[in-house]
Amino acid sequence: MRYLFTLLLFLVPALGVWTFVEADRWQLWFPQNVSSFGGEIDRLFNIIMYMVAFTFIVTEVCLAWFVFKYSAKNETKGAFTHGSHKLEMVWTAIPAVALLFIAFIQMRTWADIKFEGNFPKDGEYTREKPIAEVWASQFDWRIRYPGDDGVLGTVDDLERSWEFVVPVDTKIVFNLRTRDVIHSFFVPEFRLKQDALPGHTIPMWFEAKKEGIYDLICAELCGWGHYKMSGRVTVVSKEEFAKRMSEIKAEWFSNGKELGE
Amino acid sequence: MNPVATPAAPHAPHTSHLEPGEGQPGTVREHHDHHELGFFRKWIFSVDHKVIGLQFLFSGLVFLALGGMMAMAIRYQLAWPWRPMPGLAWMFPATGGAITPEFYTMLFTMHGTIMIFFVMIPLLTGAFGNFLIPLMIGAPDMAFPKLNMFGYWTMIPAFFFMILGFFVEGGHAAGGWTSYPPLSTIEAAAPGSLSGQTCWLMGLTWVGVSSMMGAVNYVTTIVKMRAPGLTMMRLPLSIWGLMITSLLQLFALPVLTAASIMQLLDRVLNTGFFTPTNLLVNNLTPDSFAYGSEAAAAGGQPLLWQHLFWFYSHPAVYILVLPAMGFTSDILAIHARKPIFGYKPMVYSMSAIAGLGFIVWGHHMFTSGMNPALGMTFMVSTVMIALPSAIKVFNWLGTLWGGRIHLRTPMLFACAFVSMFIIGGLSGIWMAATPVDIYIHDTYIVVAHFHYVVFAGSLFAIFAAIYHWFPKMFGRLMNETVGKIHFVGSFIFTNMTFYMMHQLGVAGLMRRTADPYAYDVYAHLQPINEFITISAFCMFAWQIFFVLNFFHSMFWGKRVGRNPWKAASLEWDAPSPPGHGNFDHQLEVYRGAYEFGSPEVEEDYIPQTRKI
Amino acid sequence: MNISPAAIPAYDPAVDAPRPHHPIYDYDSGPPVNRGKFAIWLFLATEIMFFTGLIGTYIVLRMGSATWPDPADRLAVDITALNTFFLICSSATMVKGVERAMLGDNGGLIKWLALTVLIGSIFVGIQAYEYTELIKDGNLPNVDIFWSTFYAMTGFHGIHVAVGVIWNLCILIAAIFRKIPQEKYMKVELAGLYWHFVDLVWVLLFTIVYLM
Repeated sequence: MRYLFTLLLFLVPALGVWTFVEADRWQLWFPQNVSSFGGEIDRLFNIIMYMVAFTFIVTEVCLAWFVFKYSAKNETKGAFTHGSHKLEMVWTAIPAVALLFIAFIQMRTWADIKFEGNFPKDGEYTREKPIAEVWASQFDWRIRYPGDDGVLGTVDDLERSWEFVVPVDTKIVFNLRTRDVIHSFFVPEFRLKQDALPGHTIPMWFEAKKEGIYDLICAELCGWGHYKMSGRVTVVSKEEFAKRMSEIKAEWFSNGKELGE
Repeated sequence: MNPVATPAAPHAPHTSHLEPGEGQPGTVREHHDHHELGFFRKWIFSVDHKVIGLQFLFSGLVFLALGGMMAMAIRYQLAWPWRPMPGLAWMFPATGGAITPEFYTMLFTMHGTIMIFFVMIPLLTGAFGNFLIPLMIGAPDMAFPKLNMFGYWTMIPAFFFMILGFFVEGGHAAGGWTSYPPLSTIEAAAPGSLSGQTCWLMGLTWVGVSSMMGAVNYVTTIVKMRAPGLTMMRLPLSIWGLMITSLLQLFALPVLTAASIMQLLDRVLNTGFFTPTNLLVNNLTPDSFAYGSEAAAAGGQPLLWQHLFWFYSHPAVYILVLPAMGFTSDILAIHARKPIFGYKPMVYSMSAIAGLGFIVWGHHMFTSGMNPALGMTFMVSTVMIALPSAIKVFNWLGTLWGGRIHLRTPMLFACAFVSMFIIGGLSGIWMAATPVDIYIHDTYIVVAHFHYVVFAGSLFAIFAAIYHWFPKMFGRLMNETVGKIHFVGSFIFTNMTFYMMHQLGVAGLMRRTADPYAYDVYAHLQPINEFITISAFCMFAWQIFFVLNFFHSMFWGKRVGRNPWKAASLEWDAPSPPGHGNFDHQLEVYRGAYEFGSPEVEEDYIPQTRKI
Repeated sequence: MNISPAAIPAYDPAVDAPRPHHPIYDYDSGPPVNRGKFAIWLFLATEIMFFTGLIGTYIVLRMGSATWPDPADRLAVDITALNTFFLICSSATMVKGVERAMLGDNGGLIKWLALTVLIGSIFVGIQAYEYTELIKDGNLPNVDIFWSTFYAMTGFHGIHVAVGVIWNLCILIAAIFRKIPQEKYMKVELAGLYWHFVDLVWVLLFTIVYLM
């Protein structure tokens, strides 16, 4: 029996590591990354993963090995020890240093993505002049562009439902808002997620490095229709973007809407 | 009334400040035996801590089955979205049994709520806290037996409201177990936010009152009623775990109670604590989305609820795991016949987990719109809380090292707890790292993480504890063979169910989505979800071995004596099962609870009460 | 010295059967305080956290609001100030009551406890009057966030005072009909601790809600 139980405990690290190694081949790994900071997030994930994997393998193998070895002869007395001060010191200090290391390497990236002081300042879009306002509501996404004057909240604002069109290789700054409950703006390929909070306007930024159509997913429970609250982010070239904006404008004002409605 | 000489050390008797009837310090009371209590006095209106513990145990196991069935329904939907569910045709005649999205949101909301508030907390603190605390410290009962009884009885309205919610219009609460407003406070936002959410809040408040009564009682009992010679640093680690848990409940729970009462007021009296201005739900303004025709106040802050909620519910995570750590420590030492490795570091690390537990709640809110500078501080505190957990794991390994391990069922489950807790603990580090959390927040990696800690961790520890203390509860052993079959199946299927959720999370799969395959990025994940679902079904079905073993052994198991495991702690000095007043002889403690394999004596263990 | 798993000892009635007619052994340990007093301190700790939740909410909401009305414009501060004075007085009478009980002076206990109950009732009465007047003017909790927080904080405190009055009343009735002997003075002291706590919370709430 003890062979069986040891095998079970040993299979945990063995299969555990194997599934992680093979995950990419099974398409169970990160979707492609297209944002400027996504690679950094993946890198941090991997650094933690290697440190975690090391600890995981060592502890799980020790556990399985101890269970196997020390269940062999149990007719006699075991080692009589109440602990070791030295060992405690060692296994307090080493993880402490490792954990602090993990915490410190995160800070730069976090600050780059989230701190308003680090938002793009010199590009086409800035904190003061965002490309659009993304409005979430049960259960759809609406994107409000500022129109020709480049200022949000004026009469020439355009609204586009469901699709957020942005230019490629440009630092995009936009505001996230919600009409009703809490929603969350999540694009897996951008490694970007942010809750929309009622009563607040939350600025965000990203830079898409590759043209394409990406799923925009609501990542915070927002009611019965949460699962179908999909949208998409369409990344196009800069020339294409100008063309798409004029199309959106034509569409918006052709629907019987007058300027300022 | 014969005063008994109270032995030396920190237990000097003092005769002032007495409350007669609550027990005199260092004295013995006459035993009122030989009057058989009737069924109702013995099992329903009992003030005996052992019976109350069993009441919590049985109601906890019933709710475990209920919550488990909900989990199966959730898994069914995730493997085969919108396919008619066998046996649910009566509920959804229009679709032939295929569930609705509303029903799905209700399912995962109630699965979480029931498993946390009606299964894990009652089983760990209610059942084992009640049963073990007086026995392990040598007390005849809790400090306040009647308060203890009320502690269980206040669970009855909680049960009532939680069950009632399923039958009200619109169904039960459907805002997630976290119940974030405004989704949960505004009727127009979700069907479950009609009366279901009110039932949910009422139920939660009653659970809070019950836990508070229990916690006051546990701490008082542990501090004030230990047997002579049993200093705090000689307590078994189970008792330390339960005591620190109770302190967490005392200081964190009232905040949740206050918050849930405020949410209740938002719903019933239309106050505006969590309702922001300029809300437009279902095209309704705050003037019209309140109860009846009354307008609701606005100007509140939805984020405030999240802070208050997680101020309790993060410590609650440690409430769910600290007692389990205590049980595991005891069971590992006893069945490995070796003193616990580093007793004091174990106690200190549990205290550190509890202390740090109060300043890490913000890690649930990295993407919530909270100030990002706060996110940075919460990241550091959260990462550091992994340290005491790591120390505990190393000490458990140290306990096994050089032991003489007996692979009985409780030991197997305890080893599985260590193995699973390592996984659950390590995956937490990803979530603590703020930039990584931007991506993995609310994905299946989170689901994998907390199920490894709470299901594969704490629930396995509960299984271990049931197998281990069953002889003390009923005077009989559970069947070893069936127990081992139960273990092997549970261990395999649990890992098959939860392990691949890590990879699903890395692939970006969101939790709480009824039909994720509608998105292109998730479409290829259906086969792996099918695999998980089938594993989950097997794991659920496998528990039949436990149920049969439990009830069979209760009546027909092998009869054993006071100390079947040759353990050293005090509860094994009492008869099995212990009678009224627990101990039939006077106790005197000379050492800690982990003297196994000592060269001082011929046997391989020295009971705490043995004088050398 | 066989300690193998097979060696789970069989039931041996000589050792394992419970001994009949044993007394109940009840030990005392830890700090030299009464168990009831120890428990009431723990309970008060939970109460502190409960009110911390409420007061914290008030502070966060007030800080987060663009405008906040001046409490003096909306509330009768002078009447409530008088009410606060009453409640502080009742703490003093409670102290005297506990002191009498400690000395075994049942008559003195009845006198001071009755006074405490009376003042406590006056406090609750004035608060009820304040509420009815406010509600008559249409100041319901759903009007704005000021009233929401006002009613939640003072209301929960009011419930606590009412519970304290009932508790004291129960002891008063016991003292009148059964006498409370000197060695049971702890009954009075526990109620007293709770009463002082309720009093202290009010001073804090009055300052925050009415004066600031």
